[in-house]
Amino acid sequence: MSHQHRLRIKTLSMVLLMVVCANLGDLMLKRGMLQIGAVQISGAGIWHALLSTIHNGTIWLGIFFLVGFTLCYMTAVSWADYSYVMPAGAFGYAIQTMLAVVLLHEAVNTQRWIGVVLIVTGVLLVGQTRPTTTNTKPVTP
Amino acid sequence: MTYGMKQVGEPESFRPMALLRFIGKAVRNVWVWFAVPLLAASFYSLLILLSWAPLSVVIPASAFNYVVGTFGAKHLLKEHVSAKRWMGVAMVCIGVTLVLLTGK
Repeated sequence: MSHQHRLRIKTLSMVLLMVVCANLGDLMLKRGMLQIGAVQISGAGIWHALLSTIHNGTIWLGIFFLVGFTLCYMTAVSWADYSYVMPAGAFGYAIQTMLAVVLLHEAVNTQRWIGVVLIVTGVLLVGQTRPTTTNTKPVTP
Repeated sequence: MTYGMKQVGEPESFRPMALLRFIGKAVRNVWVWFAVPLLAASFYSLLILLSWAPLSVVIPASAFNYVVGTFGAKHLLKEHVSAKRWMGVAMVCIGVTLVLLTGK
């Protein structure tokens, strides 16, 4: 197996793991907040919610997966161009919506699906531009 | 965070001492100190939104950060934004509006 082929498989695996971690992370956060309940917008309500999230294992599991996503993302972009990795982030919005329907039994109507498709397409367009169009030298304070 | 990290620059290598020096520089940057609580507030805001609305509304709607990021990049970081990127921003805006209108 050539070096390029190995790198391609390695990168694709990392991107897939990145998507899995991001989706599972958000799913766990939602599950955790369903356990905690709707946050009341008042000083006491927000403080109570903050304490509840700190003590909720599902929320911590979500944070664990999101940290995993960050590490996978940093690894993937160190191996491949951002333009290769970014579409996974765009399609992640659609995958997350599908998982919400299947695993959380959320009702998603046609209008919301159209919105999601527009978002995915828009994010792909935004991501196709170069990561930086300014001087790449460090900015001196 | 972008502005602060561009001031910090990149790590010289991935050796432990080089990474520690890089982290030391980052934590001494005032813009990073502004960014960290803002990022924490952003995460906590996400949790609050998730307690109110379905995941299939909140996560797609969070794509609006690409819109805010593009305006920030143009006006704060002075980046050039292409027509293609503006078109993407417009599509994200319409998509997020449609998602939010479906509500609960």
